[in-house]
Amino acid sequence: MAGGKERVLRRRIGSVQNTKKITRAMELIAATRVVKAQQRARAAKPYAEQITRVIENLAAGGAEVDHPLLRRADTVERVGVVVISSDRGLAGPYNSAVIRAAERQVQNARSEGADYSLIVIGKKARDYFAFRDFTVDSYTDGISDNPTYEDARRVADTVAAMFTEGRVDRVELVYTEFISIGSQKVTTRRFLPLESTETIATQGGGEAGASGSFEFEPSPEAVLAALLPRYVEARLFGALLESAASEHANRQRAMKAATDNAEELITKLSREMNRARQDAITTEIMEIVSGAEALGSDDGPDSQYDIEELVAAGVEA
Amino acid sequence: MTFQVELVSPEAISYSGEAEMVIARTLEGGDIAFQPGHVPFIGVLAVWSVDVIRPDGERDTIAVHQGFVQVAGTKVSILSDVSESPGDIDVARAEEARSIAQQALAADRDDEDAAGALARAELRLRVASA
Repeated sequence: MAGGKERVLRRRIGSVQNTKKITRAMELIAATRVVKAQQRARAAKPYAEQITRVIENLAAGGAEVDHPLLRRADTVERVGVVVISSDRGLAGPYNSAVIRAAERQVQNARSEGADYSLIVIGKKARDYFAFRDFTVDSYTDGISDNPTYEDARRVADTVAAMFTEGRVDRVELVYTEFISIGSQKVTTRRFLPLESTETIATQGGGEAGASGSFEFEPSPEAVLAALLPRYVEARLFGALLESAASEHANRQRAMKAATDNAEELITKLSREMNRARQDAITTEIMEIVSGAEALGSDDGPDSQYDIEELVAAGVEA
Repeated sequence: MTFQVELVSPEAISYSGEAEMVIARTLEGGDIAFQPGHVPFIGVLAVWSVDVIRPDGERDTIAVHQGFVQVAGTKVSILSDVSESPGDIDVARAEEARSIAQQALAADRDDEDAAGALARAELRLRVASA
């Protein structure tokens, strides 16, 4: 009977300690991954910037073509929603936030009387939408954790093909923007049709037209036609990299909170366990003392000695 | 006189340095060489190599499978999804790819994928042996 509660508490403390070890390990892993993902996102910036700059120069050179990726539909019958989530959970509100934003896009499309088409990256969003009987038209997993340009190209090509074939008339991209380690924001961007080259140029904000008039080979139109698909890929790649960095930052934060909670729980449980142990000892002493007293009424002189012995034995037990 | 050359891939800046001259091949345009002071230029690159002549006279050859070149002021930027320097090229694999592509072309002369694969494999072998 003695120590029954104590044993239960001891086991719970052990299991919380094990959990804490796991969450601490995950926190440290996520911390190193954030740094790496951040570096990759930074390393990918020059390419996107350079492509934007070339488009700026093309716009300044007056190249405006009728490219399929710039096609603006008169009536939007179907909206594509690209959503970037992660494959694994335990990342705090990371997935639920991005999924909620994507669902809102689907509802917007419905309220406009349009159909929707989901292009899903990451297991979490797929599970969510499949469970709720949404149709998922394209699904990719295994890339959100550490995306390569090849992955981005594959998805971007799928989306671009859906758009140019007229299966969707507009595409929204829902992802998590990485602002800093402490701050990430779910963002929805118009993915397709692309803005006109002039708009891309003004948004780019670079020193447009600084170098004057360019020569183009083979022709401004041909350069633009080759460039626009690359631009789409680079944009998706950038979004994937930012999402990956955000995922790891969120996981780091969630696991830090879990580790802290585990620590708090261990302190609380140890206190409770110590109290239970103390109570058990007190009860035992009381029992021994009252037992000895009951016996001690017949033989006087030995009783003192016996009690001391019994208490010592009781404490050891 | 020199200018700055940068080879930018989507994942990183893979080559950067000073150069006296850059030689590339544009789509439909043929070979074109840039020297400092060249007129601002934007071109689509063919599946071919880009040669960078460094100030010390050394020549760096890079295989560029797809991309653009932009010359503006004192800077040449080469944007490319896939580019390889000679050290990155696996010669045995390129040779294997070449023979597979040649067989495919022998079977079907209009096979565009095989023609593309053959061009890439030959470019790799040429750059690797340069």
